[in-house]
Amino acid sequence: MSKKMTLHLRVWRQPNARTPGAFVTYTVKDVSPDMSLLELLDVLNEQLIKQGELPVEFDSDCREGICGTCGFLVNGVAHGPKRGRTACQQYVRDFKDGETVTLEPFRAKAFPVIKDLVVDRSAFDRIIAAGGYISVNTGSAPDANSIPIPKDIAEQAFDAAACIGCGACVAACPNASASLFVSAKIAHLALLPQGQPERIRRVLRMVEQMDREGFGDCSNHGECEAVCPKSISIKTIALMRREYLRALWSR
Amino acid sequence: MTLWPRSSVAKKFLNAVTGIGLLLFVIVHLSENLLLLTGNPDDYNRWTHFLFSFGPLLTVIELGLAAFFLVHIGSALMVYWDKLKARPSGYSVYRSAGWTSRQTLSSQTMIYTGLVLLAFVIWHVITFRFGPHYETVIDGVPMRDLHKLVVEVFSNPVNVALYVAVMVFLGLHLRHGFWSALQSLGAYHPRWTPLWYTGGVLVALVLALGFIVIPVWVYYYL
Repeated sequence: MSKKMTLHLRVWRQPNARTPGAFVTYTVKDVSPDMSLLELLDVLNEQLIKQGELPVEFDSDCREGICGTCGFLVNGVAHGPKRGRTACQQYVRDFKDGETVTLEPFRAKAFPVIKDLVVDRSAFDRIIAAGGYISVNTGSAPDANSIPIPKDIAEQAFDAAACIGCGACVAACPNASASLFVSAKIAHLALLPQGQPERIRRVLRMVEQMDREGFGDCSNHGECEAVCPKSISIKTIALMRREYLRALWSR
Repeated sequence: MTLWPRSSVAKKFLNAVTGIGLLLFVIVHLSENLLLLTGNPDDYNRWTHFLFSFGPLLTVIELGLAAFFLVHIGSALMVYWDKLKARPSGYSVYRSAGWTSRQTLSSQTMIYTGLVLLAFVIWHVITFRFGPHYETVIDGVPMRDLHKLVVEVFSNPVNVALYVAVMVFLGLHLRHGFWSALQSLGAYHPRWTPLWYTGGVLVALVLALGFIVIPVWVYYYL
C-alpha cells in the first residue's frame, strides 16, 4: 500500500442557477493515491455530511470513462491532467501531495450551472434531436454484414462515434463552440450508408440548432481535441464544413 | 433556416476565403515592393506607373480588395462577438491542455493583431496611395514619383519602427491564419494538415521579414 496523500480541493459552490457562486477550499486528509478524483469527492462529501454541510454536487454515472456523464475543469483543464480520460479516470496519484486542486464547472452560456459542478447539457440533446438520427424500418434486425462498408471508412466512422457527449470540447474551447461534438455526430452518420437519407438536412439542421443554443464559433484553436476523453480529431470539424458546403449546393 | 452567412460554419468560410485572398494580395504586394531594393528608382516608378495606367480598372481592383477587407473584418468581428456571448463569465483557472492543441499566442490574439493591421492599412493607404504627389519623368513620360515618397516616409526612424512593429503583428496573424483558413474550408488531410500547420510559421516568417527588410533597407541605404 502506497503512502496516503492529502489534497486541498478548491471547489466551485453555487446553490442554484440564479444565485452567484464562489470557491470554497476543503482539505481531504490521508486518502489512497489510487483513489479516483470522483472517489475523492465522495470522501469529501461524507466529511461534509457528517459536519452537517451540503455535499458538493457533481455528475457521475459509469465511473469507467464510457458514459459521458462526469466532467468539470480540474486545474483549468476539462476532465483533468491525464489526456484521453474523463474526470472519473483521473487519480489522486496524478496530483502532488498537499496540492490545491481547483474544480470548476464547465462554463458556457449554453451550459448553465444547475448546482456546484453540475451543468445543464440538454443543449446537446436538442442538437441530436434536430438531426442526429437515422431512419430505420421496424422489424427484425438486418444481418450485420449485409451492408458492405470499407474497413477504413468504418474505422473513421467509429472514431467519430466514440464521442460520449460529455461537453469537454465546449468547456475547453476559448469560444465555447460545440463544433467537435456536432461534427463527431455528423461525421459518424455521414460516413455510413445508413446515414445517407438524411445526410443533407442533418448537417444544416444540427448546425442551425448548435448556433441557436448560443455556442460560439470554431476558431480552430484545436483545444477540444486535446481535452476530448475519446481523442476525437478536429478532422471531423473539417468534414462537417465540407458537408455543410455540399448541403448548401444541393439544397 | 437562418440566413446562411450568419451560421457558424459560413462565417468561418467567408473569413477563410477572404483571408486567403488577402494573403495572396500581400504576397504580390511584397514582390512588387522588392523593386524598391534594385538600386534604380525608375524600376519601382515604372511598375507603379503601369498599375496607375489601368485607370478605372485599378479602381475596380481597389474596391474589390476593400470588399475583401470588409468581409474579412466583418466575419471576424461576428466570431469575436459570438465568443463573448457564448461564455459570459470566464474561468478562474484556465490553461491549454497542450498535446495536440493548436492554441497559441497567435490563435488567441487574432482579433487584436487583426485590428492593429486594420489601423495600419488605413494609415498606410493615406500615407502612400493618397499621399503627396511628386512628379518624375522617365524616358520622356511624366509619372508619379512614389519612390521619392517611400524614401521620404522611411527617412523618419519613427515610421520605420512602426512599420517593423506592425509586421511582427502580421507574422503573428498569419501563423494561425494560414492553416486555420484551410481548416475552415474543410481541407483536412492526415498527411498535409500537419505540414500546413507547421508551414504557417514559414509563411509568417517570410512575409513578416520581407516587409521588415524594406523600410530598414530604405532607412539605411537610400
